[in-house]
Amino acid sequence: MRAPNGAAAETMKGAACAAPDTPADATSTSQYGAMMFQRLGRLAGAVALLCALIVADILTGPAMLGVTDVLRGLFSPSSAEPMIRVIVQDIRLPMTLMAMLVGMSLGTAGVHMQTILGNPLASPYTLGFSAAAGFGAALAILTGVSLPFLPWLTVPLSAFVMCILAAALVFSVSKMRGMRPEIMVLAGIATLFMFQSAQSLVQYLAAPEVLQAIVFWLFGSLLKASWNNVPIVAVVFAFSTLAVLPNLWQLTALRLGDARAVAIGVDVKALRIKLFGLVALLTAAAVAFVGTIGFVGLVAPHIARMLVGEDQRMLLPMAALMGAVIMTGASVISKLVSPGGVIPIGIVTALVGVPFLFFLILRGQRRHW
Amino acid sequence: MSVHIKTLTVAYGKTQVIRGFDDHWQEGQITALIGCNGAGKSSLLRALAGLGPMQGAVAVAGVALSPEEQRRQIAYMPQDTSAQSSLTVLEVVLLGRLGSLGMRLPAGIADEAMAALETFGLAALQARQLDEISGGQRQLVFLTQALFRQPRVLLLDEPTAALDLRHQLLVLERLQQVARQRGTIVGVAMHDLNLAAQYADRIVGLNGGHKTASGPPVEVLTAENLKAMYGIEATITLDAQNHPQVRPIRAV
Repeated sequence: MRAPNGAAAETMKGAACAAPDTPADATSTSQYGAMMFQRLGRLAGAVALLCALIVADILTGPAMLGVTDVLRGLFSPSSAEPMIRVIVQDIRLPMTLMAMLVGMSLGTAGVHMQTILGNPLASPYTLGFSAAAGFGAALAILTGVSLPFLPWLTVPLSAFVMCILAAALVFSVSKMRGMRPEIMVLAGIATLFMFQSAQSLVQYLAAPEVLQAIVFWLFGSLLKASWNNVPIVAVVFAFSTLAVLPNLWQLTALRLGDARAVAIGVDVKALRIKLFGLVALLTAAAVAFVGTIGFVGLVAPHIARMLVGEDQRMLLPMAALMGAVIMTGASVISKLVSPGGVIPIGIVTALVGVPFLFFLILRGQRRHW
Repeated sequence: MSVHIKTLTVAYGKTQVIRGFDDHWQEGQITALIGCNGAGKSSLLRALAGLGPMQGAVAVAGVALSPEEQRRQIAYMPQDTSAQSSLTVLEVVLLGRLGSLGMRLPAGIADEAMAALETFGLAALQARQLDEISGGQRQLVFLTQALFRQPRVLLLDEPTAALDLRHQLLVLERLQQVARQRGTIVGVAMHDLNLAAQYADRIVGLNGGHKTASGPPVEVLTAENLKAMYGIEATITLDAQNHPQVRPIRAV
């Protein structure tokens, strides 16, 4: 066995019980460099895949525009026909950007939830945030209230506020018990059932045409994307990402369990509170504008973990990228499945993500949680 | 440098598990905590590391530490070796220097972590996931992490519990080496009295949260003390290096 530089002086004698499968060159630190290079390569691959899907998403749609028309509408809008310009600039581009941003937000929120709760089944939906947003939207649609000057913001704002209220409820209960993960999950599941019941009650009380509008919102659809709401989701995602950058190694340490993380200097409680707030913000902003979109927040982190491991410097961007890949992929398929129409994306996300996840599960030999 | 522990009391609810503990641990020495199950060894170590509720004071080099300072200056390795994590062995060791890690690793830190792993012959496992190695290997990895931190005070809760005989000796020799060369103050909770006698400079006996004996192994490991602490009859002999050797006879 070859000792790395500087190790010889302190190396203990003999190796009779050392690792039985020690290859002669396995001790080289270049192995770590190679692993990081491989992970960076996978991140680059994910970026390339996302770029391809973004192009495909902008090229597809019920209007059946040709590639040249779409490119002209994108890069030379003044020379494009007004109809094409409107379709490309005001409908397709915001929808594609919204798909990407919502996917990134939900992927990020999912990986945060799984990390702070130490639970592979956790997602932004585990704690009832999405059910609360659904209730908020349903309530606004049922009552028909409208914000003065900003009527387009009424339903999203109601969804957002209800989501934040749900987060405040789960937080208050959990904080009384030291932000312990099992209490957070329990309080979250109770909140989930409470808002689901309230949502059902609103649907039960609604007239048929109102019910249709509520159900359409709950499906989750990118058709609600516009230049009004895309920047809001982008700003929330950017803020949440910047806020967590100083804590990446602490989040990595959380995977050793609370006791060991505290022992090496992580303020677990403070970190959990901070991440909980960011998850609430990310989820609220994402679902408020496009409606309920399941699966992405649960599965994107698992796919990311299989590809780049637990180091949050790699895991976090990969989870965001995988969320965006699933969402943009689902957006493309939602437009291809029924030519001339668009199926709500919330219906398609699982259909896109599950085969990819199964492929990775069956291909890999290692445990990822 | 030394650690002064003054009237340290640990209570969970109304139950006191450590009662008015006083002690003084010297630089470069290993202090072994012994006592039966539930005597308070783990609670004492956790409190010293700033990880549990406590009253009293812990001072390092004459300066009383806040709980935050305790956690910063004192490294602690819990007893539990279970870990459901797919972090790699090298990543776990790197986490020992959490405060110095950023988006880019400091130059040479990966080499240092590899060297630290190699001291226990673990360098070949560097890319293996924590849940892919044995419990004993995990214990060695966590020990490497604690040592990699290069703390002034190192507390270990039964660090040899999951190890084979050879690695028990290697670990204790390594702790002795670290204490002597770096001046690290080492506190170890142990059940193996003969290993404690062989490697510890001092032994502190605990019973029901009270300190019942403390001093060099030959003074603490007496038949009377063992009967009081463990409720056993034992014979004590001295080995060639004058370390006491305990041979339990029966429970009383």
